[in-house]
Amino acid sequence: MRWFWIDRFEEFVRGRSAIAIKNVSLAEEHLHDHFPGAALMPNSLVVEGMAQTAGLLVADAIEFNRRVVLAKVAAAEFHFDAIPGDCLRYRAEILDLKPAGSLTRVSSHCGDRLQGEAELFFAHLEPGEGVPRLFEPEELLRWLDQMHIYDIGRDESGKPLARPDW
Amino acid sequence: MSPRDEIFEKVKSALVDALGVEEDDVRPEATMVGDLGAESIDFLDIVFRLEKAFGIKIPRGELFPEDVLSSTEFVDNGKLNAAGIAALKARMPFADLSKFESNPSVQNFANTLTVEDMVRYVQTKLAA
Repeated sequence: MRWFWIDRFEEFVRGRSAIAIKNVSLAEEHLHDHFPGAALMPNSLVVEGMAQTAGLLVADAIEFNRRVVLAKVAAAEFHFDAIPGDCLRYRAEILDLKPAGSLTRVSSHCGDRLQGEAELFFAHLEPGEGVPRLFEPEELLRWLDQMHIYDIGRDESGKPLARPDW
Repeated sequence: MSPRDEIFEKVKSALVDALGVEEDDVRPEATMVGDLGAESIDFLDIVFRLEKAFGIKIPRGELFPEDVLSSTEFVDNGKLNAAGIAALKARMPFADLSKFESNPSVQNFANTLTVEDMVRYVQTKLAA
């Protein structure tokens, strides 16, 4: 089982930016104890959702040919806590992309309010650089389908993204 | 402000952002790893920020020649041999390696690079 910290993408512009949403629900068991009677989403998990948003954006940009690993949270700031019933919108943009790594900036909004912002740094590892294979191709494709990337994704010229035939 | 000081200020700002350290901690003699707590992934982050701040291109391994430090040709029992030190000097003309030479253990290398070395490195790149 994997941890999914975003529900779907609403916007995905290859190599540039993406918006994913996260609906916070009391059906998420971990919120029952965090905290009893006053559930709130840990901001560490907001970072995880931000990283999934930006990480998929980066991985797509390099055609999934390296392993994209969150290497560093270069900065993070939160302004309030998200609670059950909130819908968070994570907006990720690529600031810098190189073969060995990428720097991204991600914000989290609840309605019009800025809930949090972070700068996330990803390492792009080649096979053999100490990280096991993270996904089987069909499993990754299933996730990308579930995230609606190929339904709403566009390249920079506005053309729909082609679904890879792995 | 002298050109060198201008470079130092920009390097300082890159290190403050990349390492989350205080401005006052970024002194020329501070070591990147020992004093500023840089980890290997931070060097990649620092490379990104220096490239952006100065409009330079930093090829992999130029600032931190990990290939020399992990080569069986240059390392005997965890220490860099004479050929290794020569290779390191050739690759890093900007770094002051005199202290490292007295105890050239690979582990020790991480504590060799200083903020001033970063400044000198950028100077050589800008002059090239």
